[in-house]
Amino acid sequence: MSALLEIRNVTMKFGELVADRDVSFNVETGTICGLIGPNGAGKTTLFNCIAGYYKPSKGEIFFKGNRISGLPPHAITKLGIARTFQVVKPLKEMSVLDNIMVGAFLHHSGASEARKIAQYCLSLCFLEDFSDKPAGELPIGSKKRLEIARALATEPSLLLLDESISGLTSTEIHEMLEMIRRLRDKGITILMVEHIMEAIMPLANTIVVLSHGEKIAEGQPQSIVHNQEVITAYLGEKFVKKMNMQNQIMLTDAGDKKGDTP
Amino acid sequence: MQKSEYQDCRQKKPRFIPWLALVLALALLPIIGIIKGNFLSHVLVMILLNASMAQAWNIIGGYAGQISFGHSVFFGIGAYGAAYAVTTLKITPYPGMIVGALIACVVALIIGYPTFRLKGHYFAIATFAIVEVFNRLFMIWDTVGGAIGLDYPILKDGWRNFTWSRTKVGYYYGALILFALIFSIVRTMEHAKFGYYLKAIREGQETAESLGVNSRRYKLLAMALSAAMAAFCGAFFAQYNYRVDPSMVLSLDMSMKFVLITILGGIGTLWGPLLGAAILIPLQEYTRAYLARLGPGIDLIIFGIIIILMMEFQPRGLMGILENLRKPSRALVKRSNTNSVQNNRPKGHLGGKQ
Amino acid sequence: MSLFFQILLDGLWSGLLYALISSGLSLIWGVLDVINFAHGEFLMVGMYVSFFLGFLFKMDPLISWVASGAFLFILGVLTYKLVIKRTLKMAMAPLLASFGLSMVLKNIAMNRFTPNFRILSGTFMEGKVISLGSVIIPVPNLVTAIFSLVILGILYWMLTKTRFGWAVQATAMDPEAAQLMGINTEHIFVLVFGLGGACVGIAGGLLPSYLATHPDVGTLFGLIAFIVVALGGFGSIPGALVAAILVGLIESFAGFYIAPVFKYIAVFGVYLVVILIRPKGIKGW
Repeated sequence: MSALLEIRNVTMKFGELVADRDVSFNVETGTICGLIGPNGAGKTTLFNCIAGYYKPSKGEIFFKGNRISGLPPHAITKLGIARTFQVVKPLKEMSVLDNIMVGAFLHHSGASEARKIAQYCLSLCFLEDFSDKPAGELPIGSKKRLEIARALATEPSLLLLDESISGLTSTEIHEMLEMIRRLRDKGITILMVEHIMEAIMPLANTIVVLSHGEKIAEGQPQSIVHNQEVITAYLGEKFVKKMNMQNQIMLTDAGDKKGDTP
Repeated sequence: MQKSEYQDCRQKKPRFIPWLALVLALALLPIIGIIKGNFLSHVLVMILLNASMAQAWNIIGGYAGQISFGHSVFFGIGAYGAAYAVTTLKITPYPGMIVGALIACVVALIIGYPTFRLKGHYFAIATFAIVEVFNRLFMIWDTVGGAIGLDYPILKDGWRNFTWSRTKVGYYYGALILFALIFSIVRTMEHAKFGYYLKAIREGQETAESLGVNSRRYKLLAMALSAAMAAFCGAFFAQYNYRVDPSMVLSLDMSMKFVLITILGGIGTLWGPLLGAAILIPLQEYTRAYLARLGPGIDLIIFGIIIILMMEFQPRGLMGILENLRKPSRALVKRSNTNSVQNNRPKGHLGGKQ
Repeated sequence: MSLFFQILLDGLWSGLLYALISSGLSLIWGVLDVINFAHGEFLMVGMYVSFFLGFLFKMDPLISWVASGAFLFILGVLTYKLVIKRTLKMAMAPLLASFGLSMVLKNIAMNRFTPNFRILSGTFMEGKVISLGSVIIPVPNLVTAIFSLVILGILYWMLTKTRFGWAVQATAMDPEAAQLMGINTEHIFVLVFGLGGACVGIAGGLLPSYLATHPDVGTLFGLIAFIVVALGGFGSIPGALVAAILVGLIESFAGFYIAPVFKYIAVFGVYLVVILIRPKGIKGW
């Protein structure tokens, strides 16, 4: 059985600048996959390729077995992939509920049906208090939840979350993580770009690591944490060498000390 | 975080009874004798016509946020359609009106398809380039009278010809029907999927696309609907005016009428177009009539000053003024940060996200 | 063959006139991101200033252009302060407010000066021509064209080689960043509007030597200016020059080889075709 989302050898070039190079990985249904990597690694570019904002220069993207690379964004959303934006984009002059209703209308043409769906997504994302307020005036944490509520209203099978946790207070992060877990439990597959390790490591089933546009690691969180290349990518070669040297010295010290005991 | 600072802005479904009451009240005016052949009647007809025109434009300019200066093209096509039917084909104007509306739709789609890719100012300029091209094409097109246009012969009064010479009652009811139809359509659309999608496109096209909205398709539909309505308004105008020519109906000035009344009334609102027409048309007509001794153009000078002041102090138009009167705290919150650098560059949604 | 050159040169003088008129708009649009809908009316005002100085005081347009330029500089500054400044918060509001201004200016002229066409007679350049074989070059058009090149040259030099010009460019690219670097963007906005007005004012000052002055004279010039700037890329003086000459040539050739009434059908038509292929115009910053 093929995976829900298959990224096959995707390369994305802007002129001479290569943002993503030959990236391949799969996302299995019902899992949370974390996409991490240092700044400039090409994570958001990859997201934009999946969501249809860019057409990959090379390679293909498959969703539920069908090729989606090259389709426009609205068509991809219709097929069941919804996304949030790293820099939140509320429809400012519309109320929070109306924002979500726009998403709901995708699969429900009637206004009262759409409103019911929207209200459901509203409560899923802890936004009931803001239902009638203009979306532009919400605090940032609520705006981020609105991004997700809106995307949810389109009834996606795959949800792309672009840094939904950054910029939040610790209480808000807690709520957000809880919400994401709830979503996965409801059967929505999630691919999330994240910087905050403490948040994504306990949450994700698999992690994919990008660095300078290339995939350098893929696997379960525990193995990623100890992966030498990943550490090097984040902390830099010099630091890693220094760390290794210090480890050597510590070991020899311990060895000496052992030798000292009579 | 004080929740009371944020005013409710949810889409409230407009209630049917007040709307019905308004239409009925307007329909009663002739019966109680207000509508005759006099100047007041003319002004009332003009208010209804201009409110209809403004509301037609509001669909694409207000709800969808695409500020087009090209609506006189659709208006003109409708006007010529009716006029051609009456003067050249010598039949009733209705087939001409319908054909005019259909042609206007097609033209809207043909124009819209390439121009909707343009952003902001470029789109606006393209729309007036289109008006200028049509204006000049009609000037040299002899079949429709060229620069002279088409003059109506004397016709028998009545609904068959849609002309009345002595009293304005017929025109009044015609304008009322036009107004009621157009407003009903927009009223329904505002609260349905189509309206939500247009507003989403205005507030953030990229965001709307990410929610599955095919923005190109919806912009084209809005433009076509708007064009058809504008064409019917043009046809009415031809019947009322007894003549059409390119400088009258295919001009930038006529295009600006569509835009200005809506904006001054309240762009993107249901009642803005009516409010704008109800205040500005009498102002213009009575100024022109009673201040004529001051020389030509006084009405337009006043109109121009009103536009300047509105754009500076209340770009949301009369509806914005009313809103501020009802909810003063929101107005205060919005004005608190006028000194920041950010405010020195155009942004905000009057023209949609660019 | 010489007919071809005649038409070519006619188009060239037109084009250079358009370039001068458009340069001001290009600056304003480039720095403030505002389309001054009253730009054509600024030209009209400049023409009336020059006309009345000539009509009442026998001042030749070759001298009164200075007055027109100065008058429009002030009008530009006033326009910014009284009309444009407060509308900058909302996109499209400055355009509409300037449209209101254009209505006011046009109708004041209509009201005070009647719609009559005013022709200034007895000017220095009136009726003079230079003949090169069978090609005729009207002197007023030639002089206006030369003025245009000189002023555009000065503008370009100023924008690229002086500190003021760099401040203008910086403000155009990113007003917030410019402010953070100590540039008083408010002053820049005022000066740019004034300068833009002055440029079109100078054009208006020279025109009465060969064009009739009347309240509607500015409308078409204004529209052409928008086309030129949109084609040439807002903020680009060289772009405006190239686009303006192109427009002048199209107008001239279409007017002769197709029909006079096709002049502007061709201009606007070509504009539409170009803008749909290259939505950002030929060149711009």
